[in-house]
Amino acid sequence: MILDGKCPTGPIQQTWDKHRFDLKLVNPANKRKYNVIVVGTGLAGGAAAASLGELGYNVQAFCYQDSPRRAHSIAAQGGINAAKNYPNDGDSIYRLFYDTIKGGDFRAREADVWRLAQVSNNIIDQCVAQGVPFARDYAGYLDNRSFGGAQVSRTFYARGQTGQQLLLGAYSALSRQIKLGTVKMYNRREMLDLVVVDGVARGITVRNLITGEMESYAADAVCLATGGYVNVFYLSTNAMGCSVTAAWKAHKKGAYFANPCYTQIHPTCIPQAGDYQSKLTLMSESLRNDGRCWVPKKKEDCGKHPNEVPEEDRDYYLERKYPSFGNLAPRDIASRAAKEQCDDGRGVGPGGRGVYLDFSTSIKRVGADTIKERYGNLFEMYEKITDEDGYKRPMRMYPAPHYSMGGLWVDYNLMSNIPGLFVLGEANFSVHGANRLGASALMQGLADGYFVIPYTIGGYLATVKPGEVKADHDEFKNSAADVKAEQEKLLSINGNKTVFEFMRELGGLMWENCGMARTKQSLEINLKKIPALREDFWKNVKVTGTGAEFNQQLENAGRTADFFEFAELMCRDAYHRNESCGGHFREEYQDQGEAERDDANFCYVGAWEFKGVGKEPELHKEPLKFDNVHLAVRSYK
Amino acid sequence: MSDHKTMTLTLIVWRQKGPSDPGKFETYTAKGITEHHSFLEMLDCVNEDLIYSGKEPIVFDHDCREGICGMCSQVINGLAHGGRDRTTVCQLHMRTFKDGDTIYIEPWRARAFPIIKDLVCDRTALDTIVQAGAYVSCHTGGVPDGNAILIPKPAADEAMDAAECVGCGACVAGCPNGAAMLFTGAKVSQFAVIPQGKAEAAERVKALTDAMTECGFGNCTNHYECQTACPKGINVKFIARMNREFLKAQFS
Repeated sequence: MILDGKCPTGPIQQTWDKHRFDLKLVNPANKRKYNVIVVGTGLAGGAAAASLGELGYNVQAFCYQDSPRRAHSIAAQGGINAAKNYPNDGDSIYRLFYDTIKGGDFRAREADVWRLAQVSNNIIDQCVAQGVPFARDYAGYLDNRSFGGAQVSRTFYARGQTGQQLLLGAYSALSRQIKLGTVKMYNRREMLDLVVVDGVARGITVRNLITGEMESYAADAVCLATGGYVNVFYLSTNAMGCSVTAAWKAHKKGAYFANPCYTQIHPTCIPQAGDYQSKLTLMSESLRNDGRCWVPKKKEDCGKHPNEVPEEDRDYYLERKYPSFGNLAPRDIASRAAKEQCDDGRGVGPGGRGVYLDFSTSIKRVGADTIKERYGNLFEMYEKITDEDGYKRPMRMYPAPHYSMGGLWVDYNLMSNIPGLFVLGEANFSVHGANRLGASALMQGLADGYFVIPYTIGGYLATVKPGEVKADHDEFKNSAADVKAEQEKLLSINGNKTVFEFMRELGGLMWENCGMARTKQSLEINLKKIPALREDFWKNVKVTGTGAEFNQQLENAGRTADFFEFAELMCRDAYHRNESCGGHFREEYQDQGEAERDDANFCYVGAWEFKGVGKEPELHKEPLKFDNVHLAVRSYK
Repeated sequence: MSDHKTMTLTLIVWRQKGPSDPGKFETYTAKGITEHHSFLEMLDCVNEDLIYSGKEPIVFDHDCREGICGMCSQVINGLAHGGRDRTTVCQLHMRTFKDGDTIYIEPWRARAFPIIKDLVCDRTALDTIVQAGAYVSCHTGGVPDGNAILIPKPAADEAMDAAECVGCGACVAGCPNGAAMLFTGAKVSQFAVIPQGKAEAAERVKALTDAMTECGFGNCTNHYECQTACPKGINVKFIARMNREFLKAQFS
C-alpha cells in the first residue's frame, strides 16, 4: 500500500498557516466534552497535556516515573535550536529547514520539517515566558552557541542542563493545569496496551506499578509521547525505564512502525567500564565546539599517557577528513569516524574502544575559567564517573546509542494510521529522517506538544462524537485480561536466567550486528538468532515475586519481551534498506567511507504492519518528494 | 574491568514489604565489585545474586543514572545520597569505598514521604508544592519575543542556580525536621528574581509555604543539613530569600 502523509501542497512557506486555517475547530463550550489521554510526560507529552488542558479538553496524563518531572527529556544537556537569527549570522527559517533536511540525509518529509523550523521561534518565546533560565549575555540578551551540523549559532542553552530546564518549564505548565483540574495526572502507571474499538483508538490499559492492578482508561483520542527505543542495544544513554513497550503495543494493535532501523549513535559518550553497566553517560555535543577529537597516529602510542604523545604524532581525524565542519561534523559521521579509528587499531583506553576529546588548545586560547564556565558541569560529571580530570588530560569518548529517528508512522497531523491515535516527539518518525542534528530533539518535542497537536487534534475531534466508548466496553476487559495473562506467563516460567542476562544478550546481538555499521550477513545472523533467543527467553526467564505488588523484575521482563519482538523488526528494516543513509550504514553501500544513498529505489518512508510474532510484517511505502531542497550527496568536507 | 581488584562488602539494607509493614534490616554480601561500579550497579549485581537464589531483589527508585532525573533516593551510612559533595546515589562510585566495608542503606525518612516498599518512598508531596504555584501563569502561545524583556545576567544566573534542583528530596531526608524549605525556597527564588515571575511573587510564596505545611513538612531551624545533602549544591540563601519574599508578601 502507498501511504499518504496528507501533507499540504503549495508554496512550502505557506503550508502550515494554510493547513491551520483548513483544520476544523472544536467550539470552546464543546471542548470539555472530549477526553484526551496523553501517555508520557517528557517535553512532547508534558507540553501537550498542559496545552490541551488549557484549551479546555479533559486530559488524563500518565507516566511510569513517580513524578512527571523525571521523564528522560531531562537528561538533554546541550541545547535547543531556533531560527531566531539573534547573532545576525545568516540564519533563517529556511536555513534551519534546509539544514534539518540535509542533516537527515533526505529521508524526512519537507512539510513536517518546514513546520518545525517555523515554530522553533515560538518555542523560545514560550520558554522564556515560563521563566526558563536560558543563558544570557551581560546586556541581558539571550545567548547562542553553535552545534554540530550547522554553520550558524542558533542553539539556546541553560548551563549544561537545557533538557531539565525546558522540561521543568513544561512540567510547571502541566502542574498549573493539574491544579486547575483540567489535567488528571497518573504517576507510576505503565501503559501496557492500546484499546482499539472498531478500528478507532479508544483508550489504554495501564498497570499501576505500586499495586500491580490493571486499570482501563477510555478517551476520544490517545496521544503517545513515550520516547525512543535505543535501550534495545542494552548499552545506551537512555534512562533505565525507557522502552519500546507503549509504541510496540500500539504497533501490535495495528499502528505502522516506520523506519525502525534509523538509530542515532552519539559520538561522545563515556566508554563502558564493565558488562554489568548498561547505562552510558553522554557528554554534550557542545563539547566539540572547544574539544578536538584525536587518536595517536601510531598504534604503539595508544598505551601511552596522552600528554606524552607529541603534537605531530596525533591524528585529528575529524579536522583531517572534514576540514570545513571539522570537529562539528554531524553525529552519524563523527561516530563512524571514531569507530573507524578504533577498528584501525588506534583506539585508546580499555579494549582500544575510545578516542580522545582534547581541550588543551582551547584552554590555551581562552583560559581554563572560560572553559569551566561553558562546560563546568560536564567536566565534573566526567570526573565523577572516570576519576580523571578533563582539564589536565584529554577525555576518553566512544559512541553509544542515544536516539531513535524511527518510530510510529504518523501523517502531517501527527495521527497514526489508527484514527484517534496520535504520536508525538521521539516516539514518532517524522522530522529527523535518517539522522538527527544536535539540539533538535528538544525542539521537536516542544513543537509537537505546544504548537502542533493543539491544532491538529481539534481537526480530528471535530469529526467524532465525544464519549462514544466507555471503559466498561468489552474491548477494555479483553485487553486487561490479555495483559494479565502475559504477566502470569512471565511469572510462571521460573527458569534459570535473569531478565538482565537476556537483555544483555539481545543488546549484544543488536550492537554487534545492527549497530553503527550493518551488513547483509550480520543482519541475517540476527534474523536467525533473535527468534531463537526469544524462544529461550519464554522458556528460561526467571521473574521473582507476584503480579499484585510493586515488582520491578516483572516490569523489566515485560519491556524485554517487547524488545525481543521489536529487535527482529528493526533488523528486518535494516536488511531491506539496501542503501546507506544517516544513522543507517550498510557497509556494502559506501563511497570512500561515506554513506551512499540510493534515491532511485529507497527515497521513501518504510512503514511496517504487524502480522503476528515471528511472522513476516508487511511493508508500506510513503514516497518522499523534495520540491524545495535539491536531492544531493550530503557533504561536510 | 577484569584487571582490577575486586571488593567484598557487607550491606545492611532496609527491607519493607509495604506501607503498613514495620520493616527491618537484612544483611547481604556484595562480591566481585570493582572501583568502577556505580553504587546502583553494585546493587544490580546484588539483586542478580538474590534472584538466582530465589529471593526477592531489593526495590529501589532509579531512572536516568546520570544525576539529573532526581529519582534515586537512598540514605547511605546515615547520609542522603551517600554524602559525597554534589553527587546523587547513581553517580556515587564504589571507589569511595574499600574492601571489607559495611554499608547501611535506608530509604528517605520523613513524615511527608511515606515508604512504599524497601527503599522506595512516595514523594508526590513535592509535586503538590509545585502545583500550588511554582510557575508563571502564562498561556501556551501569545507571549512576547524572547528578547523583549531583558534579564540582567546576574539575575538570570541566580535563577539558574535555584533551578538546578532535581527534586530528589534529599534536603528533606537530610533535615532533622523533615522540612522542604530548601526545595520550596529554590522554587520561590527562581521566579522571584526574574521579571516574568515578579507579578505573582507574593501570591506564590504564600501558596507554596501553605502547601508545604499542609503536606506535613517541618520547618527550618537552621541546621543547613539540606545544603550539605543537596546533590546540586542548592544554597541555603534561597531559604533566606523565601523568608524575605514571605515577609514582603505580608505587606502587599
